[in-house]
Amino acid sequence: MPDLEDHFDRTIERDQRVEPRDWMPDGYRATMVRQIAQHAHSEIIGMQPEGEWITRAPSLRRKAILLAKVQDEAGHGLYLYSAAETLGADRAELTAMLIEGRQKYSSIFNYPTLTYADVGVIGWLVDGAAICNQVPLCRSSYGPYARAMIRICKEESFHQRQGYELLMTMMKGTEVQRAMVQDAVDRWWWPSLMMFGPPDDASPNTARSMAWKIKRHTNDELRQRFVDMSVPQAESLGVTLPDPELRWNAERGHHDFGPIDWSELQRVISGDGPCNAQRVAVRRAAHENGTWVREAAVAHARKAAVPRSAGVFA
Amino acid sequence: MSAWPLYEVFVRSKRGLNHVHVGSLHAADDETALRHARDLYTRRNEGVSIWVVRSDHIAATSPDEKDPFFAPSGDKVYRHPTFYAIPDDVPHM
Ligand SMILES: [Fe+2]
Ligand SMILES: [Fe+2]
Repeated sequence: MPDLEDHFDRTIERDQRVEPRDWMPDGYRATMVRQIAQHAHSEIIGMQPEGEWITRAPSLRRKAILLAKVQDEAGHGLYLYSAAETLGADRAELTAMLIEGRQKYSSIFNYPTLTYADVGVIGWLVDGAAICNQVPLCRSSYGPYARAMIRICKEESFHQRQGYELLMTMMKGTEVQRAMVQDAVDRWWWPSLMMFGPPDDASPNTARSMAWKIKRHTNDELRQRFVDMSVPQAESLGVTLPDPELRWNAERGHHDFGPIDWSELQRVISGDGPCNAQRVAVRRAAHENGTWVREAAVAHARKAAVPRSAGVFA
Repeated sequence: MSAWPLYEVFVRSKRGLNHVHVGSLHAADDETALRHARDLYTRRNEGVSIWVVRSDHIAATSPDEKDPFFAPSGDKVYRHPTFYAIPDDVPHM
């Protein structure tokens, strides 16, 4: 055992990747499964807020784009479930844990999408925050997770750009359209900042995840990076970020920003967000309504596998 | 337990290159595995050819036997071109 542990420690130390059949500490495996599963669930649940607008997209062009984006999110979920399975997790069990509320997903998807501007703001801010989080995860110490993240990051760039372009188009439109964009920004800005998780001094697992090189930056570092990136983008768009304390701090070389209402994050995580019950119910219904498809496909495969000459009716 | 078996997916990104493992998926049979692989792993022209194989049909070396298993190649430096000293002025070597 000390040999194996030594080998694991040296792999991490040398910045090499841990691969599926390697020995790893139980805590590392459990942390990885939990993180990857939560991430996968977030991608899958994340299809819903935007998916609601597919049938109401304002043009065929926007509909095709939104459809492709939501389909990508399904793909992201599947890449990640695939990575979780390399650690011995069972995919059906992961789905069961999601719809029974035994595993979590990102709290951001518990907010409603009230207007079409929300689709643009989600692409810009929510996918933008996801990119900030995910780019460093491409170097995460668990090989299959890091490789899934590389695939995902390549696709996220389209997500952010289509959202920003949508907003630019609306900002060139009518007064009412500009107001819709500003309203969506006002509602999504703070929840987007919460996507990075609790502040470092209230994030007990960060140190261990950093030591294992699962995480490469703390929550607060990534949040700061996101704020710094978003400010010039908001300016160029012509919207105001809803934070009176937001200003450039030349001394720090970063933007200062106002305090985040952590009690809101706590409330949404613990199930009391605007859409928690709806999101899980929709996922559960999709899973249950798909039962006959899964069963029929298995029956068909079984029947097709029987050689013709050995068939019952031969 | 998942109702559909697990498949590993290999994609040839363009002619002239080997198939490379890209991930896995669940499917009821080989044919639907290929279709799912196309939808999941080649949404942006990432591939010109796909292989799928049931995960339980793959035999793999075990990490525990890593050192002894690969030992036979470890001490054969003469398999590498740099083992041979050739004067610098000999052309095209
Ligand atoms: Fe995604
Ligand atoms: Fe995305």
